[in-house]
Formats: sequence, C-alpha cells, structure tokens
Amino acid sequence: MNITIEYYLILSAFMFFVGVAGVLTRRNAIIVFMSIELMLNSANLTLVAFSSFQGNSIGQLFVFFVMTVAAAEAAVGLAIIIAIFRNKLTVNIDEINILKW
Amino acid sequence: MSLEVILFFIFAIVAASTAVIMITRSNPVIAALFLVLNFASLAGLYLTLNAQFIAVVQVIVYAGAIMVLFLFVLMLLRPENEKRFLEINPKIKIFALFIAFIVFVQLVYLIFVANPSKSISKDLSKSIEAGTIESIGRELFTNYVVPFEAAGFLLLAATIGALVLAKKKFD
Repeated sequence: MNITIEYYLILSAFMFFVGVAGVLTRRNAIIVFMSIELMLNSANLTLVAFSSFQGNSIGQLFVFFVMTVAAAEAAVGLAIIIAIFRNKLTVNIDEINILKW
Repeated sequence: MSLEVILFFIFAIVAASTAVIMITRSNPVIAALFLVLNFASLAGLYLTLNAQFIAVVQVIVYAGAIMVLFLFVLMLLRPENEKRFLEINPKIKIFALFIAFIVFVQLVYLIFVANPSKSISKDLSKSIEAGTIESIGRELFTNYVVPFEAAGFLLLAATIGALVLAKKKFD
C-alpha cells in the first residue's frame, strides 16, 4: 500500500467540510473564528501536499504567507470581538445585529 | 504496512476526529485545546510530507502564538457555554450542515475526477529538497522578496489595527 496524494486531499476536504459546518452552525463568535482557522489549515495541507509530491518549494512558501495572513486576521478579528463585547456584553452572533435593519 | 502509512493514518485520524470534536464542544476553552491538538497532528502530517520548515512553523505560530491569543481572549471574555446544537433554529442548522456536506461531496468528486496521482508521482529526493529551509529561504529572498516585505507590512498594520480596536476609548 502506498500513500498517494488523494489521501491528503481527501483529509483536507474533510477538514474544510468540518470548518464550513462550524462556521455555519456555531453561534459563538470565537468558535466561528477557530473554524475559519481550521479551513485555512486544510488549504495549507493541500498546498504542502502538492508541493511535496511535485518536489517544488513554492507551495510551502505560500503556506508561509497564508500563516502570516492568518496571524494578522486572528489579531484584528479578536480585537473586533473584544470591542463588540465591550459594547454588547455578548459574543453570540445572533445577538450582534447592529448592521441589520 | 510501512511506517509512512502507519504514521499517515495515525495523524489523519487524530486530525479528523479533533476537528469534529472541536466544532461540537459547547465549552469554547475545550474547543480551543482540541484545535491545538489538531494543529499538532497537522504538523506531524507535514513531517510525513518532508516539509520540515512548515511543520516547525506550524507548531510555533499556530499551536503556539495564535492559539495562545485565542485562549487569552477567551480568558478576558469568559463567554458562557452555548445552548445545545438543535435547541435554536434546528431547521436552519440542519440545512447549513447539508450545504457544508454538499461542499464536501463536490471536493471529493473533483479529486476523483482530476485523479492527480496519475500525473504526479513522488520523487523522494526532490521532495526532501523542497522542504528544507534552504530552498524555501532561497525562493523567499529572491523571487518572492516583494510579497515577503508586503507580509511584513501587513503584520505591522494588523498590530496597529488590533491595538486601536481593542483600546479603551476612541478619543
């Protein structure tokens, strides 16, 4: 038995599915954020798998950039969540509806 | 079975199950800890793919820095546990799961139609060479130096933005 690239791609697709399900069903803003991180990581797994199987390091370079963007996104997003919590005293996204009319 | 196969299945099962556990826990701190475990097993998968540098960065940046940030925010906010899954809007949530499952089926269908292993076969020495810090660093500081500087600028902007947003008052 040999591990081909499909195994990694299907694992990555499954993790993306779990991330989408988490974003769509959970109501806690922080857990929604963690699900987004899960989706970013599944995309990273795809990039690393292709990069490694093709013997080309550009894919791993892009994973590096994705991690940079994920760190920036987590910092700004959590700051926004803190700012919202200070005003509304909740992180439940069903109750945060100030942009709805 | 070779060691590579055994390691892949151990890490893949841990990664998939911790992802599912992560989105089903009602206590966000437990969810965050399972996400750390998920990132650690992903680092193991990167090692089975000969991507040493990315595996180390995954542990340091994701499992270390980003998840500590999440846990700090959880400590500051102390959000209450969520209601059970189907207590509010069960129809909408089942529909959302259905949509997510359609995405999954589409991805798996695409993988099998494209059949990438037909055209891509692993060359072990090239794969090991691609994952070293040396080859990634050479690309990073020659062909991709502008995106690298832009990433540094993005981190600076994000730091300032996070400080401004989380500051006490906007005056």
